[in-house]
Amino acid sequence: MSRETLYGWGHTTGSVAEVTSPANEEAIESLFATSREIIARGLGRSYGDAAQLGGGVVLMNRELGGVGAISEQGVVTVGAGVSIDELLYVAIPQGWFVPVTPGTRQVTIGGAVAADVHGKNHHVDGGFARHVIDMRIVTPSGASTVSPTSDPELFWATFGGMGLTGVVTSVTMRLLRIETDQVLVDTDRFANLDEVMNAMASGDGDYRYSVAWVDCMTKGSRMGRAILTRGEHATAADVATPSLREPKKPKLFVPFSAPSGLLNSLSVKAFNELWFRSAPRHEEREPTSLSTFFHPLDGVRDWNRLYGSRGFVQYQFAVPDGAAETVTNAITRLSQSGVASFLAVLKRFGPANPGPLSFPVAGWTLALDLPVGPATLPGLLDELDELVIAAGGRIYFAKDARLSPDKVRAMYPRLDDFLEVKRRVDPNNQLTSDLARRLQLTGR
Amino acid sequence: MENAFGQPQNVVVLGGSSDIARAITKKLCAARARSIVLAGRNPSLLAEAESEARQFGAASTAIVLFDAEDPSSAARTVSESFEKAGGEVDLVIVAVGLLGDQSADENDAAAAARIMTVNLTWPVAALAEVRRRLLAQGSGRILVVTSVSGIRVRRTMYLYGGAKAGLDRLCDGLADSLEGTGVTLQILRAGVVRTKMTAGHKEPPFTTGPDEVADTVIKGLATSERVIWSPPALRYVFALLRHLPKPIFRAITDR
Repeated sequence: MSRETLYGWGHTTGSVAEVTSPANEEAIESLFATSREIIARGLGRSYGDAAQLGGGVVLMNRELGGVGAISEQGVVTVGAGVSIDELLYVAIPQGWFVPVTPGTRQVTIGGAVAADVHGKNHHVDGGFARHVIDMRIVTPSGASTVSPTSDPELFWATFGGMGLTGVVTSVTMRLLRIETDQVLVDTDRFANLDEVMNAMASGDGDYRYSVAWVDCMTKGSRMGRAILTRGEHATAADVATPSLREPKKPKLFVPFSAPSGLLNSLSVKAFNELWFRSAPRHEEREPTSLSTFFHPLDGVRDWNRLYGSRGFVQYQFAVPDGAAETVTNAITRLSQSGVASFLAVLKRFGPANPGPLSFPVAGWTLALDLPVGPATLPGLLDELDELVIAAGGRIYFAKDARLSPDKVRAMYPRLDDFLEVKRRVDPNNQLTSDLARRLQLTGR
Repeated sequence: MENAFGQPQNVVVLGGSSDIARAITKKLCAARARSIVLAGRNPSLLAEAESEARQFGAASTAIVLFDAEDPSSAARTVSESFEKAGGEVDLVIVAVGLLGDQSADENDAAAAARIMTVNLTWPVAALAEVRRRLLAQGSGRILVVTSVSGIRVRRTMYLYGGAKAGLDRLCDGLADSLEGTGVTLQILRAGVVRTKMTAGHKEPPFTTGPDEVADTVIKGLATSERVIWSPPALRYVFALLRHLPKPIFRAITDR
């Protein structure tokens, strides 16, 4: 073990822990026998403090590797430390795609389970959990294969459970058949938020993938202008020369932390303007590579360094279908506050799954990247929390670095179901994290 | 755990009944602080501070009594405070101090030594135990209240100023030693603050109230800046004052 300072992707509050990389389940079991507090960590893409544990043991899952053979039906067993990037590298050339990928390929399968990640297809295909058949989990009470039938409570508590129910070591899941490595993308520009939300509410059902980028820094009639991109996997017949190539490695990178303040309201406004104007007004069935469509930011390694040493927070909330006006109100407050906010991501969610802490609920989700610095930002986000709770919504733990513990129960009313499972498999509260301590997710 | 904006949830305040500490505690409670342990000498003032903390949102509070004239009580005070906090401590505020009356104290060896003990020896002893505990946690923040009177020590206040100078310089080195440990230390260099400690003294320029100090501290905690000056303008005033020729410095500060 070595002592290391660990941060989340937003690089805000770090802590020092003993770090170890077990390669098998026996090694994890012996860690539970010898260490007081443990949390697993993958590639550190959680924005806040979910995968760090000051003074405890952080178990890096990257040695839990291996991609099994992909069956005729697309079923594959993957080590929890394998990244989606690495899985795609193997799967795409064989004509398979990971059915749910978040905005980055640089997350491990274990992390995807812990956060129950969602992608641009949540309104059609649900979150990561829907595609998992079973998984191996090591808890302080032992190792087992867990499926929705063998132990439904543990299975579902683990999706969205942020690693607090055990260490996932491998996952058996279903992949999606693809004929090409291209997506046919329709792009539309909208002058304001109402227009884009109407288009999404009425038209998203016709597409497997849909996401809108919203400008939260414009005001008045242009408030919430947006670019909506929607797509389908291209079939072999759709493109001139069908190919199945693995994703490319990033060519660009950010070599060191930029000065805090580089991303201020002026520079972000200018960026948003450029981004908006560079998109076509209307374009149909434009062939686009899988990487460009799904993971545009993966093209720039360590892009989080652009936010400087003080880092940034991401605020992502979900509200039910009837609460569309909460999205409008949130964007109105942001645009009035003048706080710098990069193009926000707006998406529609399909139905929730049985996971008590799984984030998605049928309706809308909005995600905003905000540099730490403005004195008004903490209070503004606390106000947004109130709006979200009033609408029956919640925020996403994988992104959080600042929520108050008082608000967790209102956002996740089934917290006690989760804690009951946790007490069963982890009676001594060995599985914890800085996030769990901050939000009191351990039931202590 | 402290959040991304430097807002702590569990706080230990050594010298918790001082007016500056109380003003800071109130604002911390209004943000995220839920568990507050107040350590100090005066039970009735601590009880006032405690009910104030609850009024501003603290869910759990506790009081620890100690005597800052007895450095052998420091480690026990810190241990007891951490235990009462129940869990990880995000922020420890060290706000122990005694101004004294120099015209009397400078002629009395025991009184002069007492100024050193309360302002320097006790806090340093406490910091040793705080450091040990936070290092084990792998996270946490320390705020030490020093004073601009230690930046250039005045003849009318050399005992207090000298002790604060020692604490300030020591903490600068201590903060450096904590680099890369997950623990950080920030120094609050306050100008003259209208408090019960300074009541009856005349107000030099840049005197503020405790609430203004607390506002500056809250902003400072959101950054990783080593030194928090209150009011912030004193950073520049002292950049000049510390280099003034002695006769001019004396003439200015004696007014």
